[in-house]
Amino acid sequence: MLPRRTVAAFAAAGLLLPLSACGSGFDDSARPATQQAGPATLKVMIAASGGAELKAMQDAAAAWSSAGGGSKAEVVSANDLPQQLSQGFAAGSPPDVFAVDATKFEGYAAEMLPYGDALSYKDDIYPTLRKTFTRDGKLYCAPKDFSTLALAINTDDWTAAGLTDNDVPKTWDQLKTVAQKLTTGGRTGLVFNDTRDRIGAFLVQAGGWAVDADQKKATADTPQNLQALTYVRDLLASGTAKYPKQIGAGDSSEAFGQHKASLSIDGNWLVGGMKKDYPNVKYRVVALPAGPAGPGTLSFTQCWGIAAKSKFQEQAKQLVDSFMQPQQQLAFAEAFGVIPSRQSVRAQYEQKFPAQSAFVAGADHAHGPVTLGKMDPVLTDFDAQLQQLPGADPKRILQQLQQNTAAALGQ
Amino acid sequence: MGTLLTEPVAPGTAPLRGTRGRRPLRRDGRAGWLFLAPTLIVLGLFMVLPILMALWVSVSDWTGNGSPFSSRVNSVGGDNYAALLTEPGLTRQNFATSVRNNGYFVLFVVPLQTAFALFLALVLHQKKLKGRQFFRTAFYFPTVTSSVAISVVFLFLFSSTGTVNAALKLFGVDGPSWFADPRGIFHLALGDPANPPSALVGHGFLGLSWWDWLSGPSVAMCSIIVLVVWTSTGGFMLMFYAALQNLPPSVDEAALIDGATAWQRFWRVTLPQLRPTLFLVLTLGLIGTWQVFDQVYVLSRGNPANTTLTPAYLSYSSSFIGHQWGQGAAIAFLLFVVIVAFTLVQRWALRERR
Repeated sequence: MLPRRTVAAFAAAGLLLPLSACGSGFDDSARPATQQAGPATLKVMIAASGGAELKAMQDAAAAWSSAGGGSKAEVVSANDLPQQLSQGFAAGSPPDVFAVDATKFEGYAAEMLPYGDALSYKDDIYPTLRKTFTRDGKLYCAPKDFSTLALAINTDDWTAAGLTDNDVPKTWDQLKTVAQKLTTGGRTGLVFNDTRDRIGAFLVQAGGWAVDADQKKATADTPQNLQALTYVRDLLASGTAKYPKQIGAGDSSEAFGQHKASLSIDGNWLVGGMKKDYPNVKYRVVALPAGPAGPGTLSFTQCWGIAAKSKFQEQAKQLVDSFMQPQQQLAFAEAFGVIPSRQSVRAQYEQKFPAQSAFVAGADHAHGPVTLGKMDPVLTDFDAQLQQLPGADPKRILQQLQQNTAAALGQ
Repeated sequence: MGTLLTEPVAPGTAPLRGTRGRRPLRRDGRAGWLFLAPTLIVLGLFMVLPILMALWVSVSDWTGNGSPFSSRVNSVGGDNYAALLTEPGLTRQNFATSVRNNGYFVLFVVPLQTAFALFLALVLHQKKLKGRQFFRTAFYFPTVTSSVAISVVFLFLFSSTGTVNAALKLFGVDGPSWFADPRGIFHLALGDPANPPSALVGHGFLGLSWWDWLSGPSVAMCSIIVLVVWTSTGGFMLMFYAALQNLPPSVDEAALIDGATAWQRFWRVTLPQLRPTLFLVLTLGLIGTWQVFDQVYVLSRGNPANTTLTPAYLSYSSSFIGHQWGQGAAIAFLLFVVIVAFTLVQRWALRERR
């Protein structure tokens, strides 16, 4: 027999269980949220890259709030966006508007209002970004902005090694040659981060990718991907390329800024970071060299999600519209260095920020990330394997990726 | 934590129960329950209920949207546990990897921190020691500092051009890039063979080959081990120190008169008297090390190559990042089982032999 106090404790817990289950926090989320018209107070959650981004967003929200209509918007920056969003959804009180990273998009889609197809400026958004946030033929949300990868060159090292404009690498072979020439005793030629978010660009340039266009089939174990990984492995094995941690840097931007490497494959956040932290380093940015299948780069993007549970969806749409206005997009670009997601402001943007032109040019052949949430552990495992290059066998890495992807996609 | 320890029995409880009649006991009991009610309600609401909810989540397909008790959430039985334990695939492999990593972590941290803590306490206990106050504070200091702050300092110390490697260079050693090195130290001790014995590679357990199980902690994990030993030793030192202060000096003096050497007195007299404290330190150490999370979250997030992945971090990442809430909860319960099992084994090993 159980001791009496144990029985009593369980009885108390048993009493509490149904009581709290009837409480307001446990409503059945199958019901659509009742919409409320009129002035609203919208909660907006982003993962700000820094103070500049948060301030720009808050300014934009304040401008919208004072523009009439009586609604207000409060922008907060999450310390850990996936975690805080998850908490919000689980508790049934998510923020009305939130930034959704493309790599996590599918995981949130069920909790988002698919409003994208009704946008008047839908066709103005870069096709690659639209494609990223489309699921079952529906555009779920308005792509906020984006970034792409390009090659940053330290111009002092470049001239010191006797290289000229004609040597700017256009192919993989040329990249290898210049990286070799730039590798000196204390400095590495080329640096890039040890994840799919950099090395994936080589896969794209070789004509491969982890999954097919519809993200329904695993396409990891292909000759194209093998060619790309073998090339990367050889770069690393020869010592002309290194991962940032091998040369004592947190990431490739830091390695490049601290002059531990002369070339870096990086996104356009590099421009702002260099200006802020390493203003004396002279550099230029060129497009990534093309692979056997042509030019290729990766795009990183977020969109403005609207919670399906929000009571103020109309007001939220208006807020997003105000964020997506061309002038507002340019203001954001100026504040924290992202590229506007609308093509109509491209010319203006390039004129204003000539240093970013190589990144913008990448938009034409950029590949979006895998957006399936269930692929997250698979790709994390892929990263883990990539970190072991050059010691690992590319063929085995791809076989493992193929197997895991197939399992995750339920093939 | 405390629930796993043996509860101290209040002196005099047993005789009282015998002398009392049945009726007064019941009346006292009612009043007792009344006084206990607030605590019971709080414990029920904030401990028992969440645990039961988590147990339900671990056998459901909850997606993290709305209530786990809503009609759209279905039971999936033991599927989440099966994916972790029996079904071949990435989930099982990751779980096994995390258990292996944490196993080595426990294997290194618990003995090291216990030994260091005891050693420091003995040093402090020396009557001749001057500036005892200062050393007591100095040794305890890492424990009161935030683990996040210390982790960030260690990031700098162990960066590949950091202080640790600079110090190693003085001795002509080329230090590794600590947080980027996924190689296991047992593998390294064997010269990191390119072709490991096929008997070990071909067979395995939970989707991980024996060769992988035997890798030892990775170089990256070793730096976390150093960090945790350094931070937690101070707290345990204080426990040993308090226990040492309470030992009757007469026993030690008697041994001295009997002609026991210093080593014999420590090993045969002092240490046996410290058994309850040793038990406490080992138990707290075991529980704490199996739950290691903050350092992993701040320093590595499981990288490099999943060699600093621990069940606690895997549970977090499966739930919050992978949206696999059932799996995350299942990992938490398996971790609970592991901790209870280890504590029972330890309790059995340290039992009073008569």
